[in-house]
Formats: sequence, C-alpha cells, structure tokens
Amino acid sequence: MTELEPTSRRSRLVGDLFRREGAKGVAVALLSTAVVLFAIGWLVVHSKNWPAVKDSFFNAQEFRDSFPDIAQKFVRNIEYFLIGEVFILSLALFLAVLRSLPGPVFFPLRALAITYVDLFRGIPTILVIYILGFGVPSLGLRGVPVSATFWGLVGLVLSYSAYVSEVYRAGIESVHPSQVGSARSLGLTRLQALRFVIVPQAVRRVIPPLLNDFVALQKDTALVAFVVAVPEAFKEAQIIQNADFNFTPLVAAALLFLLITVPLTRLVDWLSARERGRRQGGAVL
Amino acid sequence: MTDPAWADGEVLLRVDDLHKSFGHLEVLKGISMDVRTGEVVVIFGRSGSGKSTLLRCINFLEDPTRGTIELHGIQLTGGHRNRAKREKIRKLRMRTGMVFQQFNLFPHLTAIQNVIEGPVTVKGVSEAEARPLGTELLGRVGLADKADEYPIRLSGGQQQRVAIARALAMSPDVMLFDEPTSALDPELIGEVLATMRYLATDMHMTMVVVTHEMGFAREVAHRMVFFNEGVILEEGTPDEIFNRTRFPETRRFLDAVL
Repeated sequence: MTELEPTSRRSRLVGDLFRREGAKGVAVALLSTAVVLFAIGWLVVHSKNWPAVKDSFFNAQEFRDSFPDIAQKFVRNIEYFLIGEVFILSLALFLAVLRSLPGPVFFPLRALAITYVDLFRGIPTILVIYILGFGVPSLGLRGVPVSATFWGLVGLVLSYSAYVSEVYRAGIESVHPSQVGSARSLGLTRLQALRFVIVPQAVRRVIPPLLNDFVALQKDTALVAFVVAVPEAFKEAQIIQNADFNFTPLVAAALLFLLITVPLTRLVDWLSARERGRRQGGAVL
Repeated sequence: MTDPAWADGEVLLRVDDLHKSFGHLEVLKGISMDVRTGEVVVIFGRSGSGKSTLLRCINFLEDPTRGTIELHGIQLTGGHRNRAKREKIRKLRMRTGMVFQQFNLFPHLTAIQNVIEGPVTVKGVSEAEARPLGTELLGRVGLADKADEYPIRLSGGQQQRVAIARALAMSPDVMLFDEPTSALDPELIGEVLATMRYLATDMHMTMVVVTHEMGFAREVAHRMVFFNEGVILEEGTPDEIFNRTRFPETRRFLDAVL
C-alpha cells in the first residue's frame, strides 16, 4: 500500500484511481465498465423471455402509476427508521454500559445485559417482529397498545439494540485502560470515569460502524410489513402488485430504498476513512 | 545539606514497609520512605526495579499487598478494599497529582477541558468557575494560547505540560511523576523538565519523580533514592549520590545512564 494521504478521505472509488493511474487510468476504467455493463445488458435483453420479464418488472406505465403511492408510504419507512433509531441508540448504549459496569456488585446487571444480547442476537429479527406483532396484541392485555405497527417497531428496536450494544461495547473496550488510570488519579469514581472519559470516547469511535447498522435498519423497516396491516413501502408495493399482476411496484420500492441507503453507505465510508486518518494523524495514546 | 526550606518541614507523605506482589512476583519488598513538605525526591534505578509500581501504590492505582501509606492524616493500608477504604482512597487521590509517561490526556477534551475535568467532576465546581483556574494553570505551564486545542494537535511536550496542569488543578499536596519524559522526542524533553523545575523552585511543590534525567536530578532534587530489585538500596543528596556512591550497583547504573 502506498502512503495514506489526507486525500484518501475523499471518494475512494474514482479519486484514488485518479491519483494512482491518472486520467488515462480513469478512462480505461470507465470504458471497461461500460463494456461489461453493455455485455450484461445485451445478454439480458436478448434472453428468450425478456419481453415478458420486461413487462412484468420494468413496465414504465406501471412504474409511473405506482411510484407516487409507494413513495408516499415510503415516508412511513423513514419514520419507523428515525423513531426506531432513537430508541435503539439509547437502549443499546444502556445495555453496553450495564455490561461494562465494574466490580462484583454489578454482576447481576452484567448477566442480565449479556442474556438480553444473546437472546435477541440469536433470534432472526423477522421472528421477533412476528412474535411481538401478532402475539402481544392478541393477548388483549389492558392498557397495552394493540397496534401491530407499534409492536413491529418494538421488535425491530429490541433486535437491533442487541447488535448495536455490541458495537458500543467494542468501542468501550477499545479505550485504553490508561485512560481510566488517569481519570481515577484525579479522584473520579469508576462510574464517573465511565461516564465522562470512557463512554464519550467510545461513542466517537463507533460512529462509522453505528451508521452501518443505520443502513441495515433502514432496509429492515420493510420487515415490519410482514406483520399484517402495517403501512410502508414494501407492503404498498405488494398490494399494488397483487392488484395489477405486475412486479414493477416492487422494483419501484427497491429504488426508493436505494435512494436512501446508497448515500448513507457512502457517508459511512467517508466517515470511516476520516476516523482512520485522525487516528493515524494523532499520537496513539 | 545546609538549611533547605524543606529539611525541617513536616513529613507530608510517609510510606511504611510497602510490599507489592503481582502473582508470585514480588515487585516491592518493603519500601519505607518519608517525603517532607516542599521536598523533591528523585527515584531512579533499572526498569523493573519497582519505581513506577511504588508511585502507583502511593495513590492506590495499584493496591499494595501490605504496608501503609500516610498522606496529610489520611492513612491507608494495603490489602482488601471495603467501602470506607474506597472513599479514603478517593480522598488520597484528590491530594496527589499524577503525571504519566504516556501523558494520558483525554483525547475528546480540549486542553483546558482536560485541566478542569478534575475540579468540575470531582469537586463539583461549575465549568464557568473552573475556567479561570484552568487558564491560569495553562499559563503556568506556558500553554495559555493552546487552551482550546485538542490533544491531537499538540506536541508530546505540550501534551505532557497540559497533563501537569491537569494534575495541578486539584491543588494536590504532592505531585507524582512517572517517567514524565521517557516517551518524548529528545528535543521536547527540555520544555517538560523546565516546567517541572518551575514547579519545584517557584511553586515549592512537593514532588516524587521517577526519572532517568540525571541532569534534572542533580539540579533540582533534594534527595535521590536508588531502587534495586524492589528495595531502596541507597539514598542521599545528589552530591552524595553522584560523588560519593556507596554501592557498586548504584555506580554501575549511573555510569550507564550518564
């Protein structure tokens, strides 16, 4: 690997290529990409059933008709995502901190946190959503919400919190023990050291991997659709698909997801590269 | 020595028969020493001789296996911790400032936030109240203009001076320096030693310094203590140590580092 310059924080796909290979390299890359895409396109378009497939998956009229409705429902996906994320980030941090509590006194809390994480990481998210979304409302408990959306979302939060708490925990453990030493030498208690010294550093370090989970969560909001009558983009697309006997609405929904997840992914890459640059730039403490 | 201010000062820190083992390895084998108010004690010796462990035992970053630490009326013995002891340990730490080999600044805080972290979090002083103190202390270590920089933007020498200011912010009775210049590039050592000299001569700070900087020891130390294999082999004034060493081990060590 060549030396890492600050420019490597920028678009690494084309930017790096340009630095390494120059304009000619970029041109070659673009040309070969075009050739490959063209070849694939040609193969697909000339396949035996292409006309039928084209009509049922890439029907322009169907796309125009369904897109506005799906896009409208997609707003709900974004809503679920944002609401879910707030709860996930807080619950996960809480779990990670529980798990990092020092000393024998806190053993029960640590055990509880570990059990939680093991449990919810071990069950497929869709099952959690299913069980909660169908199960809890049918219990008919007094004072408990019966909305399937609510419980579907709760399932998403419970499941993701387990994953995200592991990300936080990795961050907490990556902070060098000497930081605790210097905090405690000032007279901070163990909890104060955790709160004011360890956790703030840990959270900063795990922002890129956390964003990765953001991207996954944004996609998985579609899982809530598996619970009946939860309005969101995938469900809406399915409804239209069933009515029109055409799969184009599903493609439209996929496009909408890509619209959010691709920029988010690029943002994560950029942030990760920046974080790497920072750590290399500074003395390793 | 004739008439140094500290010579008839009261004993501030008393270490009595301190032992520390890590598993089967006994690192400190019965260390006893008194440090008087205003005194500067330099501890030197081969690595692994227990110097750093002694400092870390003085403020209980390591628990001594047995023995006693007494500072300003706070008396603590080694061994098992209980709630009352933990509280005493915290009081003891508030009265001792520690400077580490690797600086250990908090990287997510600016220089001045590092300095006032102790007063704000431990003493409950508001940030607004603590800031003037932080500015003053940064001024004393010559870094008033770096108050709002993050550690990553500071040189090693500057970071170590911020670390000194951070330790001073708790108004400690005694400052413990654990090889404060060992991790620094040669050209940065001078500024840190100058700051430490200022602490000793102008602020009359009581200091226990583990260092291999024999020039600093000769100039600033009132007393030098030679550690060898977990015991104090020899101690005396710099003059006695440098010019009238009694033990061949001490001589050999000095010849090696000078």
